[in-house]
Amino acid sequence: MQRTILRKAGITAAIAMFAGGSLAACGGSGGDAEAGSDTLRVTLANHVWTEQIIEAIPEFEEETGLTVEVTQLGEDQLSAQYNVQLNAGTDEIDVMMYRPLQEGKLFAQNGYLADLTDRVQSNPEWEWSDFQQGPVDSTTFEDKVVGVPTITEREVLYYRTDLLEQAGLEVPQTLEELEAAAKKINEENPDVAGFVARTGKSPAVTQFSSFLYGFGGDFIDDEGNSAVASPEAKEAYAYYGRMINEYGPENVSTDMSWPEAMAIFTQGGAAFYTEADSLYQNATDPANSQVADKVGFAPMPAGPAGSKPYNVPSWGLGINEASKNQDNAWKFVEWATSKDMVLQIQKEGVPGPRKSVWSNPEGTATYPEDLAAAIEVSAENGVGHDRPLVINVGEAREIVGDPIVVGITGGEVDAAADSADEAFQQFLDDERE
Amino acid sequence: MTVASLPQKSAWKAYSDWANDHRKWLFAAPAMAFVAILIIFPLAWTLYLSLTDASGSVRAESEFIGFANYAEVLTDTERFWPAVARTFIFTGAALLVQMVLGMCIALLLWRPFKGEKWVRVAILLPLVATPVAVGMMWRLIFDPNIGFANQALAWFGIPAQPWLSGQDTALATVIFIDIWQWTPMVVIILLAGLTSLSEEPDEAARIDGANAWQRFKFITVPLMMPTIIVAILLRSIDALKTFDLLYATKGRGGGSFHEVETLNVYAYGLSFDYNDYGLSSTVLIIFFLIIIGCMWVLTRRRKDVQK
Repeated sequence: MQRTILRKAGITAAIAMFAGGSLAACGGSGGDAEAGSDTLRVTLANHVWTEQIIEAIPEFEEETGLTVEVTQLGEDQLSAQYNVQLNAGTDEIDVMMYRPLQEGKLFAQNGYLADLTDRVQSNPEWEWSDFQQGPVDSTTFEDKVVGVPTITEREVLYYRTDLLEQAGLEVPQTLEELEAAAKKINEENPDVAGFVARTGKSPAVTQFSSFLYGFGGDFIDDEGNSAVASPEAKEAYAYYGRMINEYGPENVSTDMSWPEAMAIFTQGGAAFYTEADSLYQNATDPANSQVADKVGFAPMPAGPAGSKPYNVPSWGLGINEASKNQDNAWKFVEWATSKDMVLQIQKEGVPGPRKSVWSNPEGTATYPEDLAAAIEVSAENGVGHDRPLVINVGEAREIVGDPIVVGITGGEVDAAADSADEAFQQFLDDERE
Repeated sequence: MTVASLPQKSAWKAYSDWANDHRKWLFAAPAMAFVAILIIFPLAWTLYLSLTDASGSVRAESEFIGFANYAEVLTDTERFWPAVARTFIFTGAALLVQMVLGMCIALLLWRPFKGEKWVRVAILLPLVATPVAVGMMWRLIFDPNIGFANQALAWFGIPAQPWLSGQDTALATVIFIDIWQWTPMVVIILLAGLTSLSEEPDEAARIDGANAWQRFKFITVPLMMPTIIVAILLRSIDALKTFDLLYATKGRGGGSFHEVETLNVYAYGLSFDYNDYGLSSTVLIIFFLIIIGCMWVLTRRRKDVQK
């Protein structure tokens, strides 16, 4: 009796295994049939731009008969996702939104990005030459176009009009004036910080860069060597650190990226804030900001070397080299970066990369007047990068960001800059090999 | 009909006999396949990567460099060894407090009392929350400027603390959060052990005039030892591996000064921020060996106790 039961059990197990195997086989073949089809898989980052695109996608689907599947992720999750999927050579991603300055070189070097050189020239109406040169340079790798810029940004000064008025101050034109103003407001209102900006070692690097350029420094010199211990760089590190250490929020965290720093500003906790212009709606939208009607914008205050904000493409669209659906993927890229679409999205507050939208008065009509003016100035004297232009940007940012956090916590900035210089030189030498 | 079905039946019978004779393999096969595919392969791959200079992309060409990565990692006093120290401080401190606190709570809940159910549910609540959500929640509570923790301190006239933002306080704060979340698990395990204890030894000791502390120290704890070791084993493996809580509260690199960077966070940064897969795999292999070492010591100790 017992034997029969066991035998039955053995057979059942065998059947279960067999059935499981054939089911798995079905799943596999089903997936294969779908690839290279009318379904386009698009991976996008959380951004105002993305929200606008998603709203418009039904139009694209109607026009082309394609079905678009959007995966939307936060910045860090997006990077991790690309890291895993592209490393594995996935063809499950067709169109990918990426950061040309952060991951562009790495992705292009790894062969993740399809060569778009012929495609961008193929449609004269779409007009590749309409894109600003700076952004185009950063989506070009070894003379091949590997991406199309979608969003540009510049660092501007966000300030509280009411606090400035109350203190009887003019909008600061120079970094010196900015420090004096931050000090005065902080002394008169102990609950309000004079100044706030990103404090995390890596996130702060991009916003620190405009200060660095303003003092006449850069991350890398003309010979390709580390320049983070130059007298200008040391001054810039000391300035940025001092502004937050002395006039910043109390007990300030050294982990803040823009959402945290922006939150302090929009909750009325700070008088001045330097940040990317493309995020301005977070400060002016009453739904997110308690100070929405009291926010003013000004160009980056000038340092000894003038006002030198970064002016960069923060995001672009690329096509996965391993995708079997590249023709359709290009249709999407072309549509999402067309003149009409860029203008439409720019009107919703996301600065675009096309010259035509900036020369068109419609393009800036919805912007706060002072912001539009600040952007115009920044576009003229801007610098084309906001972080070291290397392959492993992630590691480089941590190295050159170290003196920033040392300054913020009131440590020895000069010594930190010297050791960062040594580490950065080593890093550059390793990368050149 | 009969002729046609005969050979078929005998083939079927042959198979079923075979299946019956080899049933220990047949039954274990799915589990063994699972282990081979999902555990051994990744492990072997990681081991292989740790001996190469793979970086940028794992599909890019990489060179076999022997133990160079191991030499680099083991001589790295800036990131690696501090991360090892933090891993053990985090695990040790969290474990110690969780065991003591867990034992106290388990003893309190041991004897039946009114409203026992509600108290038990309330105590177990932190356990069911996801670590990332817990991390976000405490991050808000411990925010130095707008967080509840500093407001509560202000009611008593205590100055604001930096909590997670402080270079010296961040690690202690995440240890606190881990204790908050995982003490209930220790309580459950110990409570299960306590309920299965027989009453007699305790009663006998009571008759002999032993006081509460003596009965706890000489009767309850020795009898509970196997359960206590299981609790330590489970909690220490978990605590050593903690990642979600640390990443949710301090982000990449364990904060700007690597305040809470444990081995896991370090290895994650090496592969996802630096794309240095060789080095990252090396750290993980060393970490794996450390965990195996700890578990070996603990299980040996457990066997000694059981003897």
